[in-house]
Amino acid sequence: MAKRRLPEVNSGSMADIAFQLLIFFIITTTMDTDAGLFRKLPPMPENNEIEQQEVKDRNVFVVLVNKENQLLVENELVDIRDLRIRAKEFIENPNNDDNLPERIVTEIDYFGAIPITKFHVISLQNDRGTSYKTYLAVQNELTAAYNELRNELAMRKFKMAYDDFKGEEGEEDPRKTAIDEVYPLRISEAEPRNIGGN
Amino acid sequence: MAKFRKKGKGALPAVSTASLPDIVFLLLIFFIVSSTMRETDLKVRYQTPFGTEIKKLEKKSLVSYIHIGRPADQKLGTAPRIQLNDAFATPDKIREFIASERQNMSEADRNKMSVSLKADGEIDMGIITDVKQELRKASALKVNYSTRKGTQKLIFENLR
Repeated sequence: MAKRRLPEVNSGSMADIAFQLLIFFIITTTMDTDAGLFRKLPPMPENNEIEQQEVKDRNVFVVLVNKENQLLVENELVDIRDLRIRAKEFIENPNNDDNLPERIVTEIDYFGAIPITKFHVISLQNDRGTSYKTYLAVQNELTAAYNELRNELAMRKFKMAYDDFKGEEGEEDPRKTAIDEVYPLRISEAEPRNIGGN
Repeated sequence: MAKFRKKGKGALPAVSTASLPDIVFLLLIFFIVSSTMRETDLKVRYQTPFGTEIKKLEKKSLVSYIHIGRPADQKLGTAPRIQLNDAFATPDKIREFIASERQNMSEADRNKMSVSLKADGEIDMGIITDVKQELRKASALKVNYSTRKGTQKLIFENLR
């Protein structure tokens, strides 16, 4: 038996090989953390029946966006910078104004009987010619209005930021649910219409 | 003085590079794990608008993507187009697409399905509205409008 020792494989180039692989992965990787604005679409009405709901005028906040990307809020031309504050005032109705949504005393966990504007509706309507970025900016501002109100409430009541409520394993934090009940997200998008041309 | 000089003359030991492969491998593994290979070839160009009130999409397996933008191939003109999977499509194909995406999901996950709309900020709402109507018909009601994280200032500047 020939006693021959196998020469050890040189592992010096291991680092180079690994580097090459590494560079390949760095280049091909797309770290897209996908994020965006969540919305729930209303279900399609069956048999073309559009349910007519009686909504009091004071409970509706109409936002129209035309093809020039201008905003008409409650029949007034409004700059998008003012939309958030207007929406917040509408949702909250802090001074119990007669023109803003009615506040109805409701029993909610953690808060007890509390007056909330539970029938308010933000009605959003856009033209086919509205640009998508304007539409999303409007949606974003409206969402921001809700989030700010919820956050303010969370701070007042629980001394915690609204975003910090972490539920356990798929369940929502009950305090968060209660806050959502005080300020329910009620944005309604009108059935599309083609007005003002394209 | 002499003492110091003596010390300076001694050759520095070379830093051992033996652990270099280990370090590189560690990095490599990190990138392999965190990478998501792009599954579809993008045929449309889009740049999503900015948003501040955004939430992260969880569970990628439950998300279907619809891309809307101008064709990447300039020969195809500039009219906004919809891309489903790997091909251009018309809005009426969306129902089929949603149905096939549902088929690929487990029974329990089907009602958790959401659709991510990756659309260009510059396009008009017309095509988006059509897509939304089709999604409603297909009862895929959870929609995520894909946005980039930005500040309020950035959003308003981008509007001009």
